Amino acid sequence: MANNNKLRKVDIIFSAYPGNPYDILKNAIQRGKNEIIDDLIESGLRGRGGAGFLTGYKWRFMAQQKETEKYVICNADEGEPGTFKDRKLLVEVPRRVITGMAIAAYVTDSKYGVIYLRAEYAYLIADLQKEIDIFQEAAKKIGLDFTIEIFRGAGAYVCGEETALIESMEGKRGEPRNKPPYPIQSGYLGKPTLVNNVETFASAAMVCRFGAETYKSYGTDDQHGSKLFSISGDSPKEGVHELELGMKISDFVQEFGDGDTKAVQVGGVAGFCIPRKNFETSIIGEGNTTGGATMIFNSTRSMYNVLHNYLEFFAEESCGQCTPCRIGTQQLLKGIEAVKSGEKPESYLQDLIKLSRTMKVTSKCGLGQSVTNSFVSIVENFKEEMIY
Amino acid sequence: MSMISLKIDGQLVEVESGTTILEAAKKINVNIPTLCHHEDLCVAGNCRVCVVEVKGRERLEASCSTPAPEGMEIWTNTARVRNARQDIVSLLVSEHNTQCTTCYRNTNCELQNLAAEYNVDGNRYLSVLKPGIKVDTSSWSIEKDDSKCIRCQRCVRTCAELQHVNALTASHKGKDMKISTFLDLPFNEVVCTNCGQCVNRCPTGALTERRYFNQVWEAIGDPTKHVVMNTAPSVRVALGEMLGYEVGHRVTGKMVTAMRKMGADSVLDTDFAADLTIIEEGNELLTRLKKVLVDKDQSVKLPMITSCSPGWVKFIEHMFPNHLGHLSTCKSPQQMFGTLSKTYYAEQKGIDPKDIVSVAIMPCAAKKYEANRPEMNDSGYRDIDAGLTTREFGLMIKQAGLDFKNLPDGAFDSIMGESTGAGVIFGATGGVMEAALRTAYAVVTGRSVPFENLNITAVRGTDGIREASIKVENCLPEWSFLEGVVLNVGVAHGLKNARIIMDQIAAGTSKYHFIEVMACPGGCIGGGGQPIPTNAEIRAKRTAAIYEEDMGKPIRMSHENPEIVKIYEEYLHEPLGHKSHKLLHTHYTPRNRY
Amino acid sequence: MAEIEMIINQKIERYGRERKALLPILQGIVAAKNYISQDDMVCVARALDISAADVYGTASFYSFLENKVLGKYVIRVCRSITCDMKGKNKILKALEEELRIQLGETTHDRLFSLEATNCIGLCDMGPAMLINEKPYTHLTAERIPEIIFEYRNK
Repeated sequence: MANNNKLRKVDIIFSAYPGNPYDILKNAIQRGKNEIIDDLIESGLRGRGGAGFLTGYKWRFMAQQKETEKYVICNADEGEPGTFKDRKLLVEVPRRVITGMAIAAYVTDSKYGVIYLRAEYAYLIADLQKEIDIFQEAAKKIGLDFTIEIFRGAGAYVCGEETALIESMEGKRGEPRNKPPYPIQSGYLGKPTLVNNVETFASAAMVCRFGAETYKSYGTDDQHGSKLFSISGDSPKEGVHELELGMKISDFVQEFGDGDTKAVQVGGVAGFCIPRKNFETSIIGEGNTTGGATMIFNSTRSMYNVLHNYLEFFAEESCGQCTPCRIGTQQLLKGIEAVKSGEKPESYLQDLIKLSRTMKVTSKCGLGQSVTNSFVSIVENFKEEMIY
Repeated sequence: MSMISLKIDGQLVEVESGTTILEAAKKINVNIPTLCHHEDLCVAGNCRVCVVEVKGRERLEASCSTPAPEGMEIWTNTARVRNARQDIVSLLVSEHNTQCTTCYRNTNCELQNLAAEYNVDGNRYLSVLKPGIKVDTSSWSIEKDDSKCIRCQRCVRTCAELQHVNALTASHKGKDMKISTFLDLPFNEVVCTNCGQCVNRCPTGALTERRYFNQVWEAIGDPTKHVVMNTAPSVRVALGEMLGYEVGHRVTGKMVTAMRKMGADSVLDTDFAADLTIIEEGNELLTRLKKVLVDKDQSVKLPMITSCSPGWVKFIEHMFPNHLGHLSTCKSPQQMFGTLSKTYYAEQKGIDPKDIVSVAIMPCAAKKYEANRPEMNDSGYRDIDAGLTTREFGLMIKQAGLDFKNLPDGAFDSIMGESTGAGVIFGATGGVMEAALRTAYAVVTGRSVPFENLNITAVRGTDGIREASIKVENCLPEWSFLEGVVLNVGVAHGLKNARIIMDQIAAGTSKYHFIEVMACPGGCIGGGGQPIPTNAEIRAKRTAAIYEEDMGKPIRMSHENPEIVKIYEEYLHEPLGHKSHKLLHTHYTPRNRY
Repeated sequence: MAEIEMIINQKIERYGRERKALLPILQGIVAAKNYISQDDMVCVARALDISAADVYGTASFYSFLENKVLGKYVIRVCRSITCDMKGKNKILKALEEELRIQLGETTHDRLFSLEATNCIGLCDMGPAMLINEKPYTHLTAERIPEIIFEYRNK
């Protein structure tokens, strides 16, 4: 089943569906709730937002919560630079996303659904609402008590973090909460809350449509299924591409690069930057899944500028509450500027790498914890560009 | 609650499930440094100084916000932990205005302590301190210096959780995140009660009281001025903390000597004015009761609420401007004292009131604002010229080079230096109520309150809201309208609880006749001008000291204070009389709630 | 003011007189006038019975809830990495020239404000920008005058 890490395009999530609207949902709710969860676990589907938790386990945990008021939230706050797959899903196959949410609601006995849509995607609301209206009609017909509302974000990257997203829905600053408790135990308004990414819901719907066995046959032993990749940068094929998980970067670059690729940023700005010398040995989709944001840089690009741009982003989009993230991001930014200008010696880069590692282990949420990934991979692999 | 066990630094510890790692460590005397954590406040988990290693986890966990994990091994002192903490403190220092030598909180700063403990190199990271930060000195009470702020949000949590005022908020995000008032307006323009509880909990010098002690030194040094100092009840039970004594040690006598040695021309006691407040306020209560119960006067408001806490007064002016009629019209003891210092005292001593400088030493930040209220000039002058905190006072004693511990005990001067145990207990929550009941009951029935040793224990304690009911029986003839009345009294401390009491009044469901409200948790002993730090244990010790002082007083009811008897005979003539009304009572100003 | 009160009441009707109505209310105000004034914030605070500082603290967290005066059309040019690579600076320069203002400013006629923003999710079509809610992609400096012209004549 392992695909030998060859690049394989697939067409699942956007593939034409011959049935009637919400047939997938209708079929799903004929089945037992546990059966669906078992299927999801069997399929190996992991969260597609970046953290990569097994979706089936998350849903099972949610199903076990005894409260009557439960929320299913679709996290459409994709704000990571280089990520735009959720936009495409919401534009082209919103029905699949909603189907996934509705199946989740069915198996977890949740009545309330929310699509948390980032502020920048406000222009999607009208069409999305039309689809929600169609869904509500369908739900009524099949006897599913589940209402979906759109909640608009207001412009804060950190709200993609699920507890920050919940704070934001509660009318507060989007500052991530301390965990535990996790949202499934105590989320929106203190109620059990299941937060999944747009693609995760759509993929869950696909597992229901094609069955766990089929879904599982895609990908690698470790990472099953297909994944949407947002590809941008120096590529003649920018856009969203569905690929099986597990492929060598060299194959990826072969397919999507412009012939002059010097580095590939895998997993968005919170992910890793892979230099040309490692293209043969690096695999996309191994270990943790990625959010699928892949940015390609050719040899005309200054990696110092790239890193500088990332760090400006982090220093602004940190929620600011915890020390390592708020100040650490500023220090990394100022630090590379100081090395570049000669104010600080080359060796200062090592201090900054060490600092970024402290940020990784001490920051409160994934934002501060992940800055080190791109920082270290760019500074170590493109050291000359940082200095000269 | 089920118990769990875990190992901290190799030592087995059993705790209730849900206990944080920090609490579990404390149980076995393992010290973990903290900054954003404060035991009076909810957990924030944002400074990350308290990180520890949980065996098997790559991430370090913030011990203040992480529940102790069953069966796990915690290490609080590994190289990883130390390095991370040093990095974090270094980062905070890089964002900080490190002019420690000129900082008011120098030597009493939690960031400074940690920087020293971890031997932080100030040049390790570049400074990310924003240039051009101005100190907000707009308020009479509180100064805010963002250049010293570490964004721990203790002040925000204090203002929200303890005081329900929410004058402070975190604003913006990322590198621009800071602590703000509404639109960063100056402190004197926003809904701030000046209670100073944020100051008490600020780990650094970002929030401090506005200082006036230099003006006091100047007055002391001016031979044409007659400097009158008076000290509030709770100062004497907390001042010692700044001068080498254990918490809860009373230093009344040494404090008096210190003031004299510093050069005060007269060393008097706010407690005298507290006794006076009881007479005026007690009579006001009885009058209100009569008007409501007998005259059925709809314009008179019950419950009547005490007005001696200026933080509380400003709170009700902002939050319940339509209910100011419930406030007693009595000035606070500080302001009664101030007015009398420039009228009665001046007359008796034959001093021109324009030469008198009246200095109040208070446990309070809001008293500074109160002293500067425009209406507080009934003596024809500023009734109080300077309001100092216990902290400023402690500093002045140090500046004066006094060997405080070896000072002989002194006694307050007269007049306006005599006080009773009832005046003393004003310093603790419930004290004004107890003092008022001692006197009012005696006035109405001719007997002492039916409690052992006059200790009305029902109104003492630390619960946010306490209440008691006293049945009035066998009244003296002139008070017969109170015969059989069950007097319901309530006590609230901390503005969070004051709001609960006021919401009841606003809803018309309040069952009380008389309520004491203190803005600060614990009352004045926990005031915003008291020595830092504060916590429940410290407040309890100061409170115990207050009640010791009360028990040690020969007279424990305000109306028996001979100087009080004398001032009514010679000067005021009668409670609520013409002169009292002019000098000792005030009015209030409705303000904006939002 | 009456308009703001109406927006607040509509949102409260839908979301309840609770803190969770705060973002929708603020968004409603922004939809009506592009920014939230001091008076508006006080109004919102009163309606939800929360402190004005809390309204400010929350609003200032979010980049789409501005409290400074903004023009009728807010242009937000994406400055994140791929748009940057594809010539964001040229677009900004063209906009500055066309509008005769600097980044961060508002035109005298209060018609346009020019802002830079973090990723707007159009990385595959950069350089990109939003004018109010509407996205513009594959921008070139040459297209800027016609786009602005269209808004000027609306």
